[in-house]
Amino acid sequence: MQRSDYLLSQLDVLEAESIQIIREVAAEFERPVLLFSGGKDSIVMLRLAQKAFAPAPIPFPVMHVDTGHNFPEVIEYRDRRVAELGLRLVVASVQESIDQGRVQEETGRRASRNRLQTVTLLDAIEEHRFDAAFGGARRDEEKARAKERVVSFRDEFGQWDPKNQRPELWNLYNTRIRQGEHVRVFPLSNWTELDIWDYIRREELELPPIYFAHTRQVFERDGMLLADISYANRGDDEPAFEATVRYRTVGDASCTGAVKSAAGTLDEVIEEIAATRITERGQTRADDRASEAAMEDRKKEGYF
Amino acid sequence: MSAQTQTAKQMDILRFATAGSVDDGKSTLIGRLLFDSKSIFEDQLESVERTSADRGEEYTNLALLTDGLRAEREQGITIDVAYRYFATPRRKFIIADTPGHIQYTRNMVTGASTADLAIILVDARKGILEQSRRHAFLTTLLKVPHLVVAVNKMDLVDYDQGVYERIVDEFTAFASKLEVSDLTFIPLSALHGDNVVERSVNMPWFEGPSLLHHLEHVHIASDRNLIDVRFPVQYVIRPHASTDHDLHDYRGYAGQVAGGVLKPGDEVVHLPSGLTTTITHIDGPNGPVEQAHPPMSVTLRLADEIDISRGDMIARPNNRPESAQDIDAMVCWMTPDRRLTPRMRVVLKHTTRTAKAMVKSLNYRLDVNTLHRDEDADGLDVNEIGRIALRVTQPLFVDDYGRNRLTGGFILIDEATNNTVAAGMIIGAR
Repeated sequence: MQRSDYLLSQLDVLEAESIQIIREVAAEFERPVLLFSGGKDSIVMLRLAQKAFAPAPIPFPVMHVDTGHNFPEVIEYRDRRVAELGLRLVVASVQESIDQGRVQEETGRRASRNRLQTVTLLDAIEEHRFDAAFGGARRDEEKARAKERVVSFRDEFGQWDPKNQRPELWNLYNTRIRQGEHVRVFPLSNWTELDIWDYIRREELELPPIYFAHTRQVFERDGMLLADISYANRGDDEPAFEATVRYRTVGDASCTGAVKSAAGTLDEVIEEIAATRITERGQTRADDRASEAAMEDRKKEGYF
Repeated sequence: MSAQTQTAKQMDILRFATAGSVDDGKSTLIGRLLFDSKSIFEDQLESVERTSADRGEEYTNLALLTDGLRAEREQGITIDVAYRYFATPRRKFIIADTPGHIQYTRNMVTGASTADLAIILVDARKGILEQSRRHAFLTTLLKVPHLVVAVNKMDLVDYDQGVYERIVDEFTAFASKLEVSDLTFIPLSALHGDNVVERSVNMPWFEGPSLLHHLEHVHIASDRNLIDVRFPVQYVIRPHASTDHDLHDYRGYAGQVAGGVLKPGDEVVHLPSGLTTTITHIDGPNGPVEQAHPPMSVTLRLADEIDISRGDMIARPNNRPESAQDIDAMVCWMTPDRRLTPRMRVVLKHTTRTAKAMVKSLNYRLDVNTLHRDEDADGLDVNEIGRIALRVTQPLFVDDYGRNRLTGGFILIDEATNNTVAAGMIIGAR
């Protein structure tokens, strides 16, 4: 899409910026890894990584922090995509962390493995000696994320210190760390939710089918529609019913809400997203509703 | 806004920084821009309304939208640079929201480093304060191409034209001492929305555009340097595919164009070797392209086999950056952990090259409020700015910061802590 006035579209600018970040980190770190969940943001990340090194293969493995509370369609997609690209997949399992006694499963109806992921993630980073972990988080998602650096330093305990972040100027990233420390890298920092969807459409990226309208058994909890699957712990007072829904985000299936929608195609989904008046995390993530600073607190502990 | 209008058109991006304190209504202004452009979502607004009501505030405090961290909400201050996003059918906007207190000069410098435009907020009741001058100076130090002075709280001075014009005159007089390339004044009330998105009916005497209209239309395409070809090599791509003969000999030099326009067939020079060769192909993110310019990330293929690695530079034989180990620069010191002092050793990162360096001398410390040069200063503390001379252990390929922000800017890193301790703007090199 070359134009004589040397202008680029906003997607081209964002893409160029993300590729610059990915290459910089690949050049300066010894053992990067890309977090790949099969969700839309990580799908975009994978495409950008492909472009950054083409025609050579992506020079680092991908990792999925698996809560065990998955949508089967997403796992199927994950495995197929990884095989197509010939990538090495590291699966870090929350179930194993529980079995090994590293973490304790929450109890009660709202038990979620969301918070437990942090321990599993940090253990995997340590075990594989990863020094940089690419994540698909965006600054428009949540207000604690709006303050995070693109290359975000984590101490030897994996902690984020929001008041003591390294200044980031121009396109220069400070990539120096000591043994045992690592960085989280967010190449999609400046993308918005709509940019992600526009890019998926432009690149004709395949998505797991749960992003499109489908019928499934759901029940209502805290104003959200949760899938009626065993680990959601549906109570007797939470009747299940059939609804036509799609997912706006893909996370732990026990706490990720679906939205009622008839949007069956990418164009229809984008039309709905552009018109929506609620943020994606506000609409679909029970974990962020806990308090005003829920995300900030989890991030300090090492959550993505 | 329909999805069609978002994507069908070629929108560009405007990055702007906002400077001012909570008292100036900066967060309120940003909240207003987000709110009036319908970029605030219902759940965000509900949360803010709830918090406002809990605190017994009269208006919904739009400032709460931008304060992300717990300590910020508790203390009513902004601690760090926060990035915000909104779009209109004309443009996508990235706001670097930087705090205005003096101890946070480093955040303003950070936010301004990538900004196309800066908005300085002035309280109409208070006029130009010390911090307004400081913000204006930092904006010009970082060479932000466009400056908007938003004279806020006009509602509290009865929308009086005389008040506004006195501020314009005073600021203009001060700005004549700085290198301001494009200066715009807008009287507004962020709280009531006057001249933020819509032109104000309360100030018919003001004939200029609303702030949003200005942001949508300000011309930024010419701000990039499209003249001096500068391509810092970031990563060498060698597929090593023994099975694929086409790829076997592939050798590409990946990077982001920092200046100029590159085309296949162009003669280029490699630095530091000084060898010349020709660009045979330029591979963009979607395949071969006919030209590359800032800020594209591309991969160059060259006609001759030259030993090229990360940190090297590709330019035009008759237009090369300075190859220098002695650098004169303005620096903003960013850490409270230690002072900048002469003889100090640091790590310098410039484009894709990292090298050790030594601070040879501190020429002066600059008072950012009065622009007074203190030549007797023996060091720089956090948030202080000064002119230094650096000796670098290997040549850097540099331009003056005023000519190219990407090949003229650098950061300094403290080897003991690995922290980023300074931002530097090159003003001379040998």
